[in-house]
Amino acid sequence: MGHLPRAAFKNPVFLGNASPAVDSDCFHCGLPLADKHVYPVKFRLAEKPTCCLGCQAAASAIISAGLGAYYEQRTALPPAPNTLSEQPLTQLAMFDLPEVQSSFVQPLGENEREATLIIEGITCPACVWLIERQLGKLPGIVAAEINYASQRAHLRWDERRSHLSDILRAVASIGYNAHPYSADKQASVRHAQRKALLWQLFVAGFAMMQVMMYALPVYLAGEGEMAPDILQLMRWASLVLTTPVVFYAAAPFFRGAWRDLRLRRLGMDVPVALAIAVAYGASCWATLSSQGDVYFDSVSMFVFLLLGGRYLEHIARAKAAESAERLVKARPAVARLMGSYPSGNNEKMVAASTLRSGDIVRVLPGDTVPADGMVVEGVSSVDEAMLTGESRPVDKLKGDTLTGGTINQISPMIMRVTQTGSASRLAAIERLLDRALAQRPAIAIEAERVAGWFVGLVLLTAVIAAAVWMAIDAQRALWVAVSVLAVTCPCALSLATPVALTVATGRLAKTGMLAIRGNAIETLARVSHVVFDKTGTLTQGLLSLEKTVSLSILPPSRCLNIACALEQASEHPIAQVFLAAGEQVGEKVFPVADGLVNFPGGGVEGLICGKRYRLGSLQHVAQLCQRPVPPQLSDLMQDGDASVVVLGDEQGFLAAFLLNDKLRPDARIAVSRLRHMGKQVWLLSGDSPGPVAKIARQAAVDHYLAEQTPAQKLAVVKRLQQAGAVVAMVGDGVNDAPVLGQAQVSIAMGGASDLAQSAADMVLLSSKLMGVPDAVLLAQKTLLIIKQNLWWAMAYNLVALPLAVAGYVTPWMAGLGMSLSSLIVVWNALRLGRVARADLIQIHQPAPTALAQGME
Amino acid sequence: MEILYLLIPISVMLVFLIGVLFWWSLQSGQFDDMEGPAHRILQDDDKPPR
Repeated sequence: MGHLPRAAFKNPVFLGNASPAVDSDCFHCGLPLADKHVYPVKFRLAEKPTCCLGCQAAASAIISAGLGAYYEQRTALPPAPNTLSEQPLTQLAMFDLPEVQSSFVQPLGENEREATLIIEGITCPACVWLIERQLGKLPGIVAAEINYASQRAHLRWDERRSHLSDILRAVASIGYNAHPYSADKQASVRHAQRKALLWQLFVAGFAMMQVMMYALPVYLAGEGEMAPDILQLMRWASLVLTTPVVFYAAAPFFRGAWRDLRLRRLGMDVPVALAIAVAYGASCWATLSSQGDVYFDSVSMFVFLLLGGRYLEHIARAKAAESAERLVKARPAVARLMGSYPSGNNEKMVAASTLRSGDIVRVLPGDTVPADGMVVEGVSSVDEAMLTGESRPVDKLKGDTLTGGTINQISPMIMRVTQTGSASRLAAIERLLDRALAQRPAIAIEAERVAGWFVGLVLLTAVIAAAVWMAIDAQRALWVAVSVLAVTCPCALSLATPVALTVATGRLAKTGMLAIRGNAIETLARVSHVVFDKTGTLTQGLLSLEKTVSLSILPPSRCLNIACALEQASEHPIAQVFLAAGEQVGEKVFPVADGLVNFPGGGVEGLICGKRYRLGSLQHVAQLCQRPVPPQLSDLMQDGDASVVVLGDEQGFLAAFLLNDKLRPDARIAVSRLRHMGKQVWLLSGDSPGPVAKIARQAAVDHYLAEQTPAQKLAVVKRLQQAGAVVAMVGDGVNDAPVLGQAQVSIAMGGASDLAQSAADMVLLSSKLMGVPDAVLLAQKTLLIIKQNLWWAMAYNLVALPLAVAGYVTPWMAGLGMSLSSLIVVWNALRLGRVARADLIQIHQPAPTALAQGME
Repeated sequence: MEILYLLIPISVMLVFLIGVLFWWSLQSGQFDDMEGPAHRILQDDDKPPR
């Protein structure tokens, strides 16, 4: 490509290259810039702007390593490095400890090591290229291979020349995160399953093609045109090739049928298995006895089509499971055990899995809490977002409980471990989830029941027809029975639903909605109630400064300036909110604050131009100024509408900052569309009534309930269901996981905790709420197509069955009719893939008046 | 048409041979990543820097 004119590379369409469209976007991650001159990088002799330190560091690391071609080759923008999960570089050294490595590193020979890493942040194939080259530059790397589909890196390296921490650091330096990954049993089972399915698919497909080669001359040749011994030879060849298809590739259907029969029910697998067995058996008999017709081609085609559907379903499910697997990484790998506490303070690194109840552990800021426990020393704030989805850090004092997997934010703490492993809260929530999943109402049972009746009917008809023909013409009896089974072979019936669902799943995936469980679409179409969670679902899940209320003569902008100066050095998430707000109003240079002191759980204090200021909670500021709380401030506090951060000096209160979580931009329109489609929209939140009411008003939902614990949410959904509602739940936190499991159909946001995602039937990857009404509409269309398909299959069977019973249908006609009827079903389903987004929107344009009505 | 007596058994054997080849490629991991390699071939290491 080197000889192409330079202009060709600049054209983004030509290479499909995803570079920021304008120079006002970050060169590395493409986010809009607040200021283009703060973090420049040099690329190809030109200065390019980046948005933050993280992007600047990553971009300069990439460029200085001579890998700048990445920026020309990428087809998607990477996430900004600071949005990836926190993993302080200082912690990486722990991964070099042998006891920590033992769970995921395999030694090969004396010095060579092998490990698999999960790479976070891969968005396009150029990322794979970039990381592989970056790793290749390290000394002692024997092999580095990244699987783009599963986002796993497979590594072999020489322990003497590079350590694992060097490798992790190299990946982190260019803006990705690498986590050690130990394949659990489930993952290896899934991998083996995929291989087996692919092999079965190949066996069926390849045999099908070859058997059709043998079948075609027979169909085309006229009576007596082919020598009988050639004909017999081709039959034997077909028999040889179809045998592995039936006994190996079709094994899942036979196993399914056997399981159904043992449970005394007639599922879809029963007629499938029966059709395969009878058609194959009869064809074998025809081959051996040299009389009658053979249908080996129909058998192998049937198996191939069904396996194709199964393979696609497996891929979708494996993807979902892999995203759930990332939960493993939320668990901390190491802990700082303090063996001699309280007499001594020396600590020892141990693998977190070896912790016992009663152990004393030190948790530094940025560390992940290694197990459930209780604070025995220290005060800090803990980010519990992975557990609750709530973005505000929770203050922890001595005696408070800590949950494993949450992240310590501010200062060191010493904790006593109370529960580990399967006894921990995280594991308990997982168990609750398992139970909810096991109890979920299975819509598939209904479909199977109907199919069961149909199968029973067909079997009965075949037996009766055979019995009647025994009396009329005993020689034709078997072939009439085979014709009956073949012509009514429930191919169209059993394809009607899965094909439509598969096409709809693909169509949904294109718009950023991943359907994980097979019956999600079917249920979604019949939904009557849509229940939303608040934080992170209807809202963005990030705090931002909503309003600054001045309580003194100082203008609000000056107050914000002071607040930014105080927070400049702080790592607390609230500080980031202030700095972001300051940047937004164009403040870059803040006054210098001296003597900054952090009061964990309270706020900060500092000197600006000799004046002492405090920023934080009301109590924290009141301690400094010793003045009565102004009525305006106490009103604000009582509103409970937003979190209030107070600024004050020794003379009195200066300002109150209202921090709030913003509604997603498309929340209102998505809710109004749902309501226009006749769905009831509910909001269930664990938050206090003030903010919930406000969000409910803004999004115009029908009903809302505040201060709901997960158990209460579960009860509300159960009550709705008892009243006959079909509930769709949209949520994001781990605390939503049980409710997600209880609702007939559940949708997790793309940014949701992994546990919530793994509990959900669907994942809204795009995090655009409009995806919900779109998906409901597409689901309704899918159900319509399924119904059409079922009606067609029924009608076809009603016509074909009497003809077959009467003996007018020879087996080859039956086979052709069956194939044609299934083709029509597939074609009808494929129409779903062509539903344009514009069509979806046109159908449900909201009536403006609908917005104002129905508030509680 | 006598050649068919030879060709048909040969075609059956070929099917099994190709089956074995596919089995080998599946086991050696060639189908583990169905997306990456398609892009990999387009990525040059030796693009001249400017």
